[in-house]
Amino acid sequence: MKEFLLIFRADFKTLPQQSSEEMQATTQKWMNWVAGIAAQDKLVDRGNRLFRTGKVLNNDGVVSDGPYAEIKESIMGYTMIKATSIEDATKLAHGCPVLSLGGNVEIREINSL
Amino acid sequence: MQQNELIPHLFRTEYSKIVAVLYNSYNLKELEIAEDIASETFLKATEAWGHRGVPENPTAWLYTVAKNKTKDYFKHLSVSEKQMKDAKGINEAATEEDFEFNSQNIADSQLAMIFAVCNPSNSPEAQICLALQILCGFSVEEIANAFLTKPETIKKRLHRARINLRNENFQIKDLSEIQIKVRQNNVLKTLYLLFSEGYFSKTNNQLIRKDLCSEAIRLVYILTQNPLTNTSETNALLALMCFQSSRLDARMDDNGEIVLLDQQDKSLWDKELIEKGNHYLVLAYDSKEVSKYHLEATIAYWHTTPNDNDKWQYILQLYNQLLLIEYSPITALNRTFALAKVYGNKEAIQEAEKLNLADNNHYYSLLGYLYSDTDIDKAIVHYERSLALTKSKSEKQTLVKEIKRLKERKNL
Repeated sequence: MKEFLLIFRADFKTLPQQSSEEMQATTQKWMNWVAGIAAQDKLVDRGNRLFRTGKVLNNDGVVSDGPYAEIKESIMGYTMIKATSIEDATKLAHGCPVLSLGGNVEIREINSL
Repeated sequence: MQQNELIPHLFRTEYSKIVAVLYNSYNLKELEIAEDIASETFLKATEAWGHRGVPENPTAWLYTVAKNKTKDYFKHLSVSEKQMKDAKGINEAATEEDFEFNSQNIADSQLAMIFAVCNPSNSPEAQICLALQILCGFSVEEIANAFLTKPETIKKRLHRARINLRNENFQIKDLSEIQIKVRQNNVLKTLYLLFSEGYFSKTNNQLIRKDLCSEAIRLVYILTQNPLTNTSETNALLALMCFQSSRLDARMDDNGEIVLLDQQDKSLWDKELIEKGNHYLVLAYDSKEVSKYHLEATIAYWHTTPNDNDKWQYILQLYNQLLLIEYSPITALNRTFALAKVYGNKEAIQEAEKLNLADNNHYYSLLGYLYSDTDIDKAIVHYERSLALTKSKSEKQTLVKEIKRLKERKNL
């Protein structure tokens, strides 16, 4: 088994405003999806969500604020999984709730130190 | 109670207490000495009570005799042995110390003994065998019956486990707060497995099942009586055991077949145990900690409540969380069952087929169940695969009946 990082990206600006009930339903979708991976014993770390804002330290020492106008999609969160191949890992990404929000999932194999 | 029933009864309830108190209070070098003295005490009771009748307070009689026998044991140690003991630096004062068989001392000694026996240097199976023998007073034959193994196998397992304990040189008096914290996880796990051994026992013998479950409850209850071990997790585990036990009578029919939760006669559920479960579950949620025992207890709680619309939604979310804490095939299967209850069988079949549990009989039983409304042929195929894989007699009976029922439905 190899380990993979799933990176969820979406455009925060186009994300629909959700009522608390809708937010609860979204949380349940995420839980169902992550637990579906765990049920196959392929979850390494459920990962986390990220706040919308952040900072970027550039190589010239300049610190800029996020979100970043030039990048439309920013990272919403990540999860770590294990799979036999990148194809297998990609299969596991299917059904990820970020897809129904218009976002995408990047699948990257971890190159352990 | 007649005398011929009284002694076996007292043996079950008092033997392990006497061993624990003697071992703990007298700093005995070897557990076997405490066990020998306890056995001799019961032998003497059989003789004396046969001649002179049962004393007014049989338990107190046993304690007094055990105490005197221990004192005799020390008196009869020869001088040379005493010198040897001195040379080894064994604290003589501790052995001369007087002690009482009072409830506090019994509880403390049993707690210490639980921690001594649930030692991770032994395999979980060996820990359970030791627990049954030393903490619960089970005979080798009784343990063998519970595990459906030969007494010879159990004897060997116990022998090896005892050697390991001795090599560890475990002194139960040394148990510090930190050690308790470090080892408590393992203690809870062993008691959880002891309970499961009873609840999901391979044996059809309902008495053995009940005995194992109630012993596990008794031991976890001891943990709740000491502030150091009365943690949120301990209470959650106790709640789980109470909820599960409340269904023991309803879970098996007169032919020894397992009755599924949906079909159980709820009037057979033990209300008192459900109440206790509620009590300990509330205590468990006093802290913010959520362990796997909390989740399992909460699932068991939902199963005791009548069907409401959101019940399965809650149960599904609890199984989801449980899987995130710890994967196990049975949790994955139970979660898929809950998913079927919320989102329907079609979606659950898709999820089930991803599980990759081709050697697991419960996997095929689940698929059989999920297909039974829409595709009887597939349902039968899956149930038959399950039948070929299972080793449990009661499961076999249930599967044969289900296959027969489906075949009859098909021919209508």
